[in-house]
Amino acid sequence: MPSDIKGWDRNRMAARAAQELEDGMYVNLGIGIPTLVANYVGDKDITLQSENGMLGMGPFPFEGDEDPDLINAGKQTITELKRTAYFDSAMSFGMIRGGKIAAAILGAMEVSETGDLANWMIPGKLVKGMGGAMDLVAGVQKVVVVMDHQNKAGESKLLKACTLPLTGKAVVNRIITNLGVLDVVDGGLRIVECADGVTEQEIRDATEATIVA
Amino acid sequence: MKKVYGSAAEALDGLLFDGMLIAAGGFGLCGIPELLIAAIRDAGTKDLTVASNNAGVDDFGLGVLLQTKQVKKMMSSYVGENKEFMRQYLGGELELEFNPQGTLAERMRAGGSGIPGFYTKTGVGTQIAEGKEVKVFDGEEYILERGIFADLSIVKAWKADETGNLVFRKTARNFNPPAAMCGKTCVVEVEEIVPTGSLDPDHIHLPGVYVHRLIQGEHEKRIEQRTVRTREDA
Repeated sequence: MPSDIKGWDRNRMAARAAQELEDGMYVNLGIGIPTLVANYVGDKDITLQSENGMLGMGPFPFEGDEDPDLINAGKQTITELKRTAYFDSAMSFGMIRGGKIAAAILGAMEVSETGDLANWMIPGKLVKGMGGAMDLVAGVQKVVVVMDHQNKAGESKLLKACTLPLTGKAVVNRIITNLGVLDVVDGGLRIVECADGVTEQEIRDATEATIVA
Repeated sequence: MKKVYGSAAEALDGLLFDGMLIAAGGFGLCGIPELLIAAIRDAGTKDLTVASNNAGVDDFGLGVLLQTKQVKKMMSSYVGENKEFMRQYLGGELELEFNPQGTLAERMRAGGSGIPGFYTKTGVGTQIAEGKEVKVFDGEEYILERGIFADLSIVKAWKADETGNLVFRKTARNFNPPAAMCGKTCVVEVEEIVPTGSLDPDHIHLPGVYVHRLIQGEHEKRIEQRTVRTREDA
């Protein structure tokens, strides 16, 4: 697919995000690129949580097998697995807020160098709501964000401070972009890995946030 | 004590009044009390405040009460699927109080458990925290959220016995148990009422103490986003 975006495409970003997951983890995947992460977990024993009340989320059903009582948090029809457990929304967010979910992989509009995350509203545009995103970022053990490094105008989405309303303050641990992998550390962001064909200098040039050595 | 009623209208008789607060179960269009919503539309009760994770779609779920302009205010976490909602909201006809999804569920659970408020990390440092008490526990900030005490709970379950013990099915459970807990009166619609004694007591999801009135009926159970894979993909 021809693209003027440098580095990893959506699927490569999802595949890289899947490397964050370890055997035995209970994980919540957000909508968009994070959903694709499920395609790349390979042989790892990962249990997916759907915050509307399910652990052990299976793939989409075969045509004709759709069940209106079985949907994911994106309201799509899904299936259950042998390990599946159902529960109500209060328990679902109890396990999220209680730190029982090992990781959340989420999309973002902006991330700051202190780990602030903005991904739920753009002032003046249609506001749909935060859903479970604020609970997830406040509660899970590790927050991994998957996002484009720059907007369509070529401006950094990794900022010194977010300009959009926050989803959570100092909540992001790791950022995976088309250009590479960065961690939120004391003093700013640290480059962990560069995407194929991308140099550290190119990441620095594309980033407004402070990059620490 | 008789809990089983003949219709949604009968089950709601005497419970509805203008300006009331209703807690509704459901997530998207999954596990919504569609029969009770239709009966509230027919009753014409106005100025409702509805605590529900979502607001339905234009012609189904809570969307039908928006169409008839019976709702004054929604307390929800996500309302993106409803154009009529957006039209009324942007036109200033409808109030909206966004609640993070887990905060909304916990506010219902807390209200139903006699807990008027609780502290949570969710929303700290965001717009949601504005005007709310902040308290530091062990060096971390938390905000105070209030329990919801509703006038009425409207809930959908899969099966009930005649004493109101409830069993839900798959992800249609969602907000239904916490919504059921937080109402002064709780009315439940189910697909099947079975004789008392035929449900395994170890498999009851919500005990009948939370359930005051009960109806059985046919449910449309509309699917919001039909997603499938083809057998060749497998």
